[in-house]
Amino acid sequence: MASEIKQGALELVNHLPILQVITPMLIAPILVVFNNKTLSWLLSFVGALACLFISILLIQAVSDGSILTYYLGGWAPPIGIEYRIDAANAILLLLISIISAIVLIFSYSSLHAEIPEEKHTLFYSCFLLCLTGLLGVVATADIFNVFVFLEISSLSTYVLVAQGAYLDRRALSASFNYLIMGTIGATFFVIGIGYIYMATGSLNMMDIAERASQLGDNRTIQAGFAFIVVGMGLKLAMVPLHVWLPNAYTFAPTVVTCFLAATATKVALYVLIRFVFSVFNYEDSFVNELFFLLLMPLAVIAMIAASVIAIFKQNLKKLLAYSSLAQIGYMLLGLSLMSQKGLASSLVHMVNHGFTKAALFMSLGAFMLNTKNVYIKSLRGLGKSMPFTSAAFLIGGLSLIGVPGTAGFISKWLLLEAALETGYWLVAILIIVSSLFAVIYIWKIVEVLYFSESSESYDEVSVLTLMPVWILALFCIFLGINTSLTVDVANMATEILFK
Amino acid sequence: MNSGLNFIYGHLPYWLFIILMLSGLFIVVSRGNLIKKIVGLNIFQTSVFMFYISIGKMKGGTAPILLDKSANNSAVIYSNPLPHVLILTAIVVGIATTALGLALIIKIREEYETVEEDDIQKLDQNDLEKYNKKNVMETNS
Amino acid sequence: MKHHLILKVITKFMVGVIVLFGLYVQFHGDYSPGGGFQAGVIIAAAFILYGIVMGLENVQKVMPIWFAQKAAAVGVLVYALTGVFSIIFGFEFLNYHAISPEHPKHGQHYGIILVELGVGITVTFVMIAIYYSFAGRTPRLDDKEW
Repeated sequence: MASEIKQGALELVNHLPILQVITPMLIAPILVVFNNKTLSWLLSFVGALACLFISILLIQAVSDGSILTYYLGGWAPPIGIEYRIDAANAILLLLISIISAIVLIFSYSSLHAEIPEEKHTLFYSCFLLCLTGLLGVVATADIFNVFVFLEISSLSTYVLVAQGAYLDRRALSASFNYLIMGTIGATFFVIGIGYIYMATGSLNMMDIAERASQLGDNRTIQAGFAFIVVGMGLKLAMVPLHVWLPNAYTFAPTVVTCFLAATATKVALYVLIRFVFSVFNYEDSFVNELFFLLLMPLAVIAMIAASVIAIFKQNLKKLLAYSSLAQIGYMLLGLSLMSQKGLASSLVHMVNHGFTKAALFMSLGAFMLNTKNVYIKSLRGLGKSMPFTSAAFLIGGLSLIGVPGTAGFISKWLLLEAALETGYWLVAILIIVSSLFAVIYIWKIVEVLYFSESSESYDEVSVLTLMPVWILALFCIFLGINTSLTVDVANMATEILFK
Repeated sequence: MNSGLNFIYGHLPYWLFIILMLSGLFIVVSRGNLIKKIVGLNIFQTSVFMFYISIGKMKGGTAPILLDKSANNSAVIYSNPLPHVLILTAIVVGIATTALGLALIIKIREEYETVEEDDIQKLDQNDLEKYNKKNVMETNS
Repeated sequence: MKHHLILKVITKFMVGVIVLFGLYVQFHGDYSPGGGFQAGVIIAAAFILYGIVMGLENVQKVMPIWFAQKAAAVGVLVYALTGVFSIIFGFEFLNYHAISPEHPKHGQHYGIILVELGVGITVTFVMIAIYYSFAGRTPRLDDKEW
């Protein structure tokens, strides 16, 4: 018991790490008790705003390189659960909070088109639980706690994906496949944790790192690491383990797709990064070989193959889902370079791609509100009748390609630099090739939007729908011009991780 | 020969864990029936529970509760309670997963009238062709 | 209603015993094996038994669906508010010292009872809700098919 902590001495400010996680968790059951559609939305939105506010305070607190710790229940780390916020997870907390707030604005005007109204309360409740899980995974420094939060977020994600069944029954089989794959992934992750616990006798990340370094070359820990890489590979849709992703993203309600594409896979990748750098020794030859021989080729395959597949897709949601796979390839590639610059590019790309993909999916959702259709043909001539949504989509598309002045450019440039710095010029060329494929599939959509005649004409969507779409689009531009938030924090984070 | 036997016998819980885990995984991958898949998933998860419990076991250890104060407690060997606690949590997660999986299966059965993966894929393919032809998503009515 | 008389009589007797045992497990959870998870499942088993033998509509008269759903949420709230209580009084989340700062040991005791109560409520009603949502979908069996 931490007797050194003075009784009752903590100010509200000290509680920020835990408040970040429990705010949505507290609101979720309240929604179920009141069971009112409008109130549910309002409370969830207020909760998301509170999360956003807290995450801004947190990122301010850690942006000077300091680390915030919080002991749950007053029990000190090796025994108790510790929450640990540094620059690396503060930026992800911020990303998740911003995206959730924006997605909730969008859901107010669009959810009724996809989900019957009596289910809205439970939908928002589930959404908040998913948010809790994602925030918890990022905030905690206890590896079993990571598993628990991961499962909270995953279980609610399966439910959210299955809600697409009101429009298309294929959402059910997509959700079921996701459940099977996700659970196998989570169970592999638990096995990995078991191995680590067996070898070190601890569950706290810092404690494990210390004890593992004394053990030296340990087979058990290596096996545990392998299990964790495979488990997280399933959750983050690393290429041969990605089969759940395209269908889950395609048939989920747009609101859910937006949220998941921007956050869920990134959080899984963050867990992998955290384990590599804070739990295992990144200089370990086993870790290095695994990353060089396994992850890097897979990342490159993802970049190229998924982009090529995306070109041939007619279903726009599926097209963007495959493009997400390719972008996950970029992030993994940055990580597998095992250099400070590579990791920084990976972190920056997580944030930038989060905003970019959310903007794309959300503007697609706005189109769908009018056209009731996700196929590319339905977008004919919408550039004229829905100019604002189309423009937002265009900005998102440009950012996905990586045109200078947009967010995508910054992270791709960093990744290129990192690849060249470590001497993988072939990889650098492949990054550019993959970006060229992105040009093709985005151009395919832009051509239909702006350069073809439409037989039908639609009205522009309401201002309330346009607002979140444009906030995301402006973020894509803002992060492309002002890099102080992303790049500086990412550099700070890599310094902490590489310590 | 003898050392080989010892190797197998000395790691008996781990061998059982591996056999259970692989059979569970095999069932998940090889069976087309969704309910069988869930059963396989359960076996797979249960194997991990057994693995954790076997880590915590001490030979001759008792339950980790406070014994008579007059006895010399420091000499008492007890099993590590932490893996049990972790597994209690994991079991709850497993129950939630199973319940959700079965609920999805019921929904799938109501929508597709089958729980065989092959049939579902065939019906999905039909759906896809139908949608491609119509090129219109079903409206929510 | 004439069939399965023995079954029904024994069920009526057993339900009370099961709930009682569940409560025993619940309130001894703080210092001996037991606690909210186990107690919740045991208490839910009583309702499920009643539902299986007496029919779904009869158990739903005692325990309506909406009540099960809301009570499950209330359980989570009890747990979370115990934690928030500590925050309000300047302790860490779920630090039970806040409940009785002068007697930390008592605080731990009360805290665990409160948290286990939340867990117990949630598990009971979630289990019942799961049973309802599955049982409500099966085609009704004829009495002869038993």
